[in-house]
Amino acid sequence: MPGGPIKIIVPTGSLGAGAVEAEIRYGLSRGAHAIATDAGSTDSGAAYLALGISKNNRGSVKRDLTILMKAGAEAGIPVIIGTSGQAGGDRNLDWTRDIAVEVARELGISPRIALLYSEQDKTTLKTLNAAGRITPLAPLGPLDDATVDACEHIVAAMGPEPYMAALQAGADIILGGRTTDTAVLACFALLHGAPSGPSWHAGKVAECGAQCTVYRDRGSGVLISIGQDGFEVEPLSQDNRCDPESVSAHMLYENSDPFRLTEPGGVLDVTDAVYVPVDDRTVKVTGSVWEPKPYTMKLEGAAASRFQTVMLIGIQDPDVLARVDEFHDKMLAALYHRVHSTIGEAAGDFHISLRMYGWNAVSGDKPPEGTPPPREIGVLFVATADSQEMASQIAKACNPYFFHFPLSMDKELPSYGFAFTPADIDRGPVYEFKLNHVVHVDDPMALVRTEWVDLRKVEAA
Amino acid sequence: MPTVNDVCHHVRSKNAGPYWVTFDLFFKDPESFGRYADSPALGPPQMERLFGADPALVKRFTVPSLNVVKISYARSSPQGGMVERDMHCGQQFVRLLDVELDAPAGA
Repeated sequence: MPGGPIKIIVPTGSLGAGAVEAEIRYGLSRGAHAIATDAGSTDSGAAYLALGISKNNRGSVKRDLTILMKAGAEAGIPVIIGTSGQAGGDRNLDWTRDIAVEVARELGISPRIALLYSEQDKTTLKTLNAAGRITPLAPLGPLDDATVDACEHIVAAMGPEPYMAALQAGADIILGGRTTDTAVLACFALLHGAPSGPSWHAGKVAECGAQCTVYRDRGSGVLISIGQDGFEVEPLSQDNRCDPESVSAHMLYENSDPFRLTEPGGVLDVTDAVYVPVDDRTVKVTGSVWEPKPYTMKLEGAAASRFQTVMLIGIQDPDVLARVDEFHDKMLAALYHRVHSTIGEAAGDFHISLRMYGWNAVSGDKPPEGTPPPREIGVLFVATADSQEMASQIAKACNPYFFHFPLSMDKELPSYGFAFTPADIDRGPVYEFKLNHVVHVDDPMALVRTEWVDLRKVEAA
Repeated sequence: MPTVNDVCHHVRSKNAGPYWVTFDLFFKDPESFGRYADSPALGPPQMERLFGADPALVKRFTVPSLNVVKISYARSSPQGGMVERDMHCGQQFVRLLDVELDAPAGA
């Protein structure tokens, strides 16, 4: 690091969340050396990996990529994106690649784009597992072949090494598959000789953009500056600030352990980190420690299992609202009876759940005696079966009961408030994560494939 | 008897990957934190009672510089399963609010 600290613009917590052009300009004016952000996480569930689709819409990803690629090209600094397309599977990455190529053409720029793929084929994983190279993390046990086979897609979370290699090979833009958030932000500094503890810790603090600032609604990104004795972080928005509490508290966020974070090739330990204000908007952090460990990559696998069909009604009838639990239990029993009597054994091992929104849908717990009746509730019907067709048939069989189920039989049948017609919606499969395992590798590149889209060559051809 | 809600200015929950849930309890002041950070009422039996957590897979950390107690537990079924009700676990903190801190473990 001959030229002082390494400065990285982290424009947003996730590509597509809304990079702000003025913030990027500020970061460049502060002498930024690279722009880096991740583009996803496992947070929103397994569907995005199982289906290879993005959570963010194409337009917002393209908008952010346009801002970042334009700034990167004008300043001559790399743009580094990790966990492309929400889940970082090959399809998610290819989707992002196509957008980046489109943006490059529209901007009239010719970058060298490195694509880092970390999706894993099942045969390789089974071989590694048989060789004892895959080990479980709590609460799961050892991996078996059937679990590998159940997954639609499996990715291994990369560390910084593939990014460092791509930067050394002259990448202007890197689009990575699944990567730890921290590695995406730390890679440039690590490549240029910044110490490991501050590089990784800065990456962790900045992974959600302005989340580590005092006013999280003011602006989108932060600037991290990593030097030999620690790192500094400041918001990219002029009317925002970081303070020691906002920065240190971010280690709590989404981590099960606030002091130690396991990453590929080591553990970041911030137990003895010290957070001090540099000025009224910048915090300096020292004392971050990197403990090298044998190299592991976390595996994420998403499976599509059984199928669901849903229906929704709204209820304002005060007689029902005074006895919601009783109504729920009676209706559920009636719906099961209805399916048994009309579809019978063909329904298979089906499941029906009724979620009483406005009462106890989120917890599923029985509210305490004496809880006042709600003003209205929404009842979500969820049927799960072995095929979409059967889930749909179960919902259709239940439809009249769900729509008209009376609390007592001595009145005319009520009609509850359907929101739309047809009332039943085929929701598709239940998507679940199946893996909580790490794979031990001797070479950080062993499970990574690097490909290039070199628009300079395309241009020249 | 003070509850979590009485002595914390902010309580939150979030998934920490598909298999873990984590809670952050931000105490109002160092006195409350000092008095209740190690309260047995926030121990593994309480997490078992409220969330069905395996007590052996409950972790608790204290962060004195922030007056924060962090509690994490492993979910009994992973995120997004057939009966998922809270994909990001962002609403799970509510069950902690009424926990009485001077009570014995799991009460």
